[in-house]
Amino acid sequence: MIRLVARDLALAVRAGGGFGLGLAFFLVVTVLVPFGVGPDTARLGAIAPGLLWIAALLACLLSLDRIFALDREDGALDLLATAPLPMEGIALAKAAAHWLTTGLPLSLAAAPLGVLLNLAWPGHLWLAASLLAGTPALSLIGTFGAALTVGLRRGGLLISLLVLPLYIPTLVFGADVARRGAEGLDPTTPLALLAAVTLGCLAGLPFAAAAALRVSLR
Amino acid sequence: MSLWSYANPVRFMGATRPLVPVLGAVAAVCILVGLAWGFFFTPDDYRQGSTVKIIYLHVPSALMAINAWFMMLVASLVWLIRRHHVSALAARAAAPVGVTMTLIALVTGAVWGSPMWGTWWAWDPRLTSFLILFLFYLGYIALWQAVEDPDAAADLTSVLCLVGSVFAVLSRYAVNFWNQGLHQGASLSLDAEKNVADVFYYPLLVCIAGFVALFAALVLLGTRTEIRARRLHVLRLRERMADA
Amino acid sequence: MTLRARDLTVGRGGLPVLARLSFTVEAGRALILRGANGTGKTTLLRTLAGLQAPMAGEIAPGRDAVAYAGHADGMKAQLTVAENLAFWAGLHGLRGIDAALDAFALRPLEDRLAQHLSAGQRRRLGLARMLVTGRPVWCLDEPTVSLDAANTARFAAMVEGHLAEGGIAILATHIDLGLAGDTLDMGPWRATALDAGAPA
Repeated sequence: MIRLVARDLALAVRAGGGFGLGLAFFLVVTVLVPFGVGPDTARLGAIAPGLLWIAALLACLLSLDRIFALDREDGALDLLATAPLPMEGIALAKAAAHWLTTGLPLSLAAAPLGVLLNLAWPGHLWLAASLLAGTPALSLIGTFGAALTVGLRRGGLLISLLVLPLYIPTLVFGADVARRGAEGLDPTTPLALLAAVTLGCLAGLPFAAAAALRVSLR
Repeated sequence: MSLWSYANPVRFMGATRPLVPVLGAVAAVCILVGLAWGFFFTPDDYRQGSTVKIIYLHVPSALMAINAWFMMLVASLVWLIRRHHVSALAARAAAPVGVTMTLIALVTGAVWGSPMWGTWWAWDPRLTSFLILFLFYLGYIALWQAVEDPDAAADLTSVLCLVGSVFAVLSRYAVNFWNQGLHQGASLSLDAEKNVADVFYYPLLVCIAGFVALFAALVLLGTRTEIRARRLHVLRLRERMADA
Repeated sequence: MTLRARDLTVGRGGLPVLARLSFTVEAGRALILRGANGTGKTTLLRTLAGLQAPMAGEIAPGRDAVAYAGHADGMKAQLTVAENLAFWAGLHGLRGIDAALDAFALRPLEDRLAQHLSAGQRRRLGLARMLVTGRPVWCLDEPTVSLDAANTARFAAMVEGHLAEGGIAILATHIDLGLAGDTLDMGPWRATALDAGAPA
């Protein structure tokens, strides 16, 4: 499993792997926001936590259909399925690789980008913490969505439709942590709920993704 | 003879053939009687005036919107565990009915909310939950339509329905956490007298019975259509084989 | 080790392609599948590899004994030849990739990215992967496509070496590789409309 994660990481950082695209997308969206809502710093500061969360979520969504599609095209998914690695392990490894290449860099980049949107000071740390706790759930849910659509020719658009409603609880709790942090309130309750969502996804979704993969492969 | 014997498509088709028109008639009578009773023979509410009468559409459709998803969940489980094709097709047939019920509940809710709350839409937890349910229905239907192989489509949508149910419940609680709402409390429960006076309660029950019958009739009709479509699919495949 | 298939019915998209097929392959023997396009060679190989379930019948031993090579080789363009082989060797719990490199004279290409290989070189890489799986039963679908005469001979030698060690190979191919084994013609096992069963 670690080998599969390592291979996916190597593929992502080499030429044409698409690493950094999500990060660039995150940056561009953040820069575009003031053009849409105006340069008023108070207003920007008020919407910054939720906006950065939504931008991070969309950046995550961007790379979901690559999770299995590339391996499916070149036949590697068939070979992985015959390798002595349970399908659940494949799903978990794929989610881990996706998180390491999107969720983790997004979490680290969010705090500096918060400066652009006038996020109040302690909010930066809580934003980063909430993304660190929440983006694994986004990757796991996304892997499930990718497993559902891997056999389809036009899976890219469908995956958004399937995955976005599933993202709602993560977004609600995650953005609330960042918002409370920025407003100087105690964010531990939503943070605990966010962690619970992530752990629940970790416990259950690899099995659902593996079930979907088995169906898609046959 | 166990209930499962009706999972045999032939037996199912035979048993449900007379049921569809009967249920349809029951639905038509109940809904017409309930609506007429509710609209013309009940007094206006002392606070809400005549706007309260939209309750006869709003509450039954909202109930059926949730019950349809619940039925899909049960049918999906039956398909995954016992591999009865009728079950998978019934889940498929329930989805368009469920999404329509959700839409009716949302629209009537907006119409009701406009004079009561002074706004067509508020990000109230219940309204938001129904909007989320609507999105879940859309995804489910889109997945059914996207997968060509019928059995694979049934498997994938069933898994989605199970995972989606967990997340739908989760979203309900998340949304409650996110915004305490202005929606009035449950207007229907076992101690209904406390919430809704008898004069409103009985026509409402008739309307609900009508919606249940309507739902059952539409799902049976849809399932029968799906079974016929599946037979057609198999016949086409066999024809292709005979040609090859 | 013996590969046995009993009363096997395999199909695509819910439609049977081959029906009630039985065969036995002893250790050290090859089985060549012959038949026109669309007769179910690929479907049979995928079923033997456990990538799809048989519609009926039994296969022994199961999928854990089978290594499969299909039309797409699963090699990553951005990884070198050695990295690709090392990845699959690692997944299958093996360390050495030397034998695989030598079998197809890939050593001079060891550090070249797979995207810079020619079609034939790439094919050799894909087939060399079979050696790092350590599995006794090989299922090969049209393995000699885009191989020149010299490399077809190398491939035949690789399969012979595998058979000599007590392995089994099942190949869908039109070329006579001179392997010790039998030929199975798909024609008589074609599924008919009757095998599709009554419409549900």
